[in-house]
Amino acid sequence: MSVLVYTEINKGRVKKSSLETINYASKIAELTGSTVTAFVNNADAAQLEEIGKAGASKILSVKNDSLNSDNMLISAALEEAVKAENSKVIVFAFDIVGKAVAPRLSAKLKAGLVAGAVAHPVLNGNAIEVKKNVFSGKATALYSINSDIKVISLLPNSFPVKLGDNKATVSEFAPDLSGVKPRITVKETKTNQSGGMIPLPEAEMVVSAGRGMKGPENWAMVEELAKELGATTACSRPVADMHWRPHHEHVGQTGVAIRPNLYIAIGISGAIQHLAGVNGSKTIVVINNDKEAPFFKSADYGVVGDAFTIVPKLTEAVKKFKANQN
Amino acid sequence: MKILVAISNVPDTTTKIQFTDGDTKFNTAGVTFVINPYDEWYALVRALELKEANLAEKVTLIHVGLAESEATIRKGFALGADDAVRIDAESPDAFFVAEQISNYAKTNGYDLILVGKETINYNGSSVGAMIAGVLDLPFISLATKLDISGNKATVENEVDGGTQVLECELPLVVSCAKGMAEQRIPNMRGIMAARSKPLQVIPASGGTSLTSIKSYSLNAGRTTCKMISEDNLDELVHLLHSEAKVI
Ligand SMILES: Cc1cc2nc3c(=O)[nH]c(=O)nc-3n(C[C@H](O)[C@H](O)[C@H](O)COP(=O)(O)OP(=O)(O)OC[C@H]3O[C@@H](n4cnc5c(N)ncnc54)[C@H](O)[C@@H]3O)c2cc1C
Ligand SMILES: Nc1ncnc2c1ncn2[C@@H]1O[C@H](COP(=O)(O)O)[C@@H](O)[C@H]1O
Repeated sequence: MSVLVYTEINKGRVKKSSLETINYASKIAELTGSTVTAFVNNADAAQLEEIGKAGASKILSVKNDSLNSDNMLISAALEEAVKAENSKVIVFAFDIVGKAVAPRLSAKLKAGLVAGAVAHPVLNGNAIEVKKNVFSGKATALYSINSDIKVISLLPNSFPVKLGDNKATVSEFAPDLSGVKPRITVKETKTNQSGGMIPLPEAEMVVSAGRGMKGPENWAMVEELAKELGATTACSRPVADMHWRPHHEHVGQTGVAIRPNLYIAIGISGAIQHLAGVNGSKTIVVINNDKEAPFFKSADYGVVGDAFTIVPKLTEAVKKFKANQN
Repeated sequence: MKILVAISNVPDTTTKIQFTDGDTKFNTAGVTFVINPYDEWYALVRALELKEANLAEKVTLIHVGLAESEATIRKGFALGADDAVRIDAESPDAFFVAEQISNYAKTNGYDLILVGKETINYNGSSVGAMIAGVLDLPFISLATKLDISGNKATVENEVDGGTQVLECELPLVVSCAKGMAEQRIPNMRGIMAARSKPLQVIPASGGTSLTSIKSYSLNAGRTTCKMISEDNLDELVHLLHSEAKVI
C-alpha cells in the first residue's frame, strides 16, 4: 500500500506545487503507516533526486510524450499505477493539470475527492477528514472522504517546501495505454508575454494594480516595483476587461485565485469579488488615496495617498533595503 | 448539434456567509441565489452564440437541485436557453452531481456538455472532469475560446504559463472560463418567453456520494490594518521584513 503522488516537471524543474504535494503525501503516509510513491513523466536524474528529497520512497518514472497534457491518458496511466501500487490515497496539486486529472480519476475509481485542500488530513476510522476553502475563501469546510480509495488535491502555496536527504528508488513504469485512443490534438502553444515571471498561482509575491492607475501607460511603475521585489504582476477585473493588462493577470472571484506571502494592492478598491481571490494571502499591503476604501479593512498594512508618488518611493525603499542586506 | 449546459445555483457574490445548525449548514435566510457566474457568463452565453450562428440546434440547461432553484433556471431561459431539466435532489457532492448529469446526457445524447470553471460556493472545479470520466469522453478544462466546425471543436485553454489551441472531435466536455463570451443582460422578450419554456423535473437515478461536509467555519478576517505614512515607506519595508517576514 502506498500514497501515490502525481508530480510534474515544468521549465526543467520539478514544479514547486509538486514538491509541496510530495511533502503533504509524506504526512499522510506517516498517518496511515505507508510510504510515498511519486509518478513522474520525463524526469532527468537531478529531478528524480529532488523528488526523493521531498519525501518519496519510490518513483514510478515514465517516459511517454503523449502523457504531457492529455488528461484522459494521464488519468488512465495513473489508474494503472494505483493498481500496481495498491494505492488507497492519491494526491495531486490543485493546479491546471490536477484540476483536469484528479476529478476524472476520482470518477473512474469511485474515489471521493477533496479539491483544494488547505490543511493536513486526519483519520477517522476508515474515513479521511480534510479542510478546504469554500465560498471563494470566505469560509472553510471540513470534508470527510468516505470511499475506500481517496483523492486529495492540495491548494498550492499552502505549505512551504521542505527538502531532506531522503533517496527514492526509481523504477521504470510503462503504462499500457493501447486501450485509450487520444482524442485531443494540440495545434498550437502560446507563452504568456510576462512569461519570465513566476506564474501567478505559484508566486510568493504579487504586485497588483487597479483602475486607480488611470491607464495602461502608467504600469511601468507597477512593473518596476514588482521587478525590484521579484514579484509577479496582477490586476483587478476592470483593468483586464478594458485591455489595460492581459486577461491572465486578472485576480479575484472570476479570475485567478492566489495566496502569495505578500500581496500589494495599488489603486484597487477592495470589492468583495476581488477579495475572494486574494484574501488567502499571508500579508496584504494596500495603497489607495481614499482612506475609506474598503480594502483597508482587509489589509495588514495601509498607505493612504497618491499611488503615482507612493509606488516609485516604495520601489526606492525596497532598493535601499536590498542594498543594505547585501 | 445539441448542447447541454450545466448550471449551478449559488449565493450572489456579495452574500454575507453565515452558518446554522451548529455550523453544519449554510444559512440561506435572506440570501439571493443566482446562476453561478462562470456557468452563465461563459458556458451559457457561448452556447447561445453557437446556436445564433446556426452551429447548434438546441441549448438545454441541466441542474441538480431542489425546487427553490427554479428561479435561477428561468433566468437561464430569459437569456435564451431552449429548455431545461432539473434533477430533483439535493447535491451532496460533486460526484453525485456528475453522475446525475452523465446519466441524463447518456440517455438523451448531447454532442457538447459545457460546465463552468468552478462554482463560487464549493470551488471544486471538479464536476466537468468527473462527467467526462463517467462518460469516457474527452475533457478540456479552463477554456477561453470555443469554436465548432462540423463535428470538430477548436478550443483554446489555459496551461501553465500560457495557452494552447486544441482540436477534438465531438462529443466533448468543456469547462468554461473568462474570455469565452461576454456577460449578457436578458431583454424583455426573453423574460416574457422564459415563463412558457419547458422545464422538466426528473427524479435522481441511483446516486452515490463519496464525500460529505461535517462542518463549516468562517475564515477570520484581518482585524487591524497598520497605517503607514507615505513619507515613511522605509518603515513599511522594515515591517514587511521584520514583522510580517515576507521579504
Ligand atoms: C459576479 C462578479 C464577479 C467579479 N469578479 C471580479 C474579480 O474576479 N476580480 C475583480 O477585481 N473584480 C471583480 N468584480 C468587479 C468588482 O466588483 C469591482 O468592480 C472591481 O474589483 C473594481 O476594480 P478596481 O478596484 O480596480 O476599480 P475601482 O473600484 O474603480 O477602484 C479604484 C480604486 O483606486 C483608488 N484610486 C484612484 N486614484 C488613485 C490614485 N491616484 N492613487 C491611489 N489610489 C487611487 C480609488 O480610491 C478606488 O478605491 C466582479 C464583479 C461581479 C459582479
Ligand atoms: N448542482 C449542480 N447542477 C448542475 N450543474 C452543476 C451543479 N454543481 C456544479 N455544476 C456544474 O459544474 C461546474 C463545476 O462545479 P464544481 O466542481 O462544484 O466547482 C459548475 O460551474 C457547473 O457548471
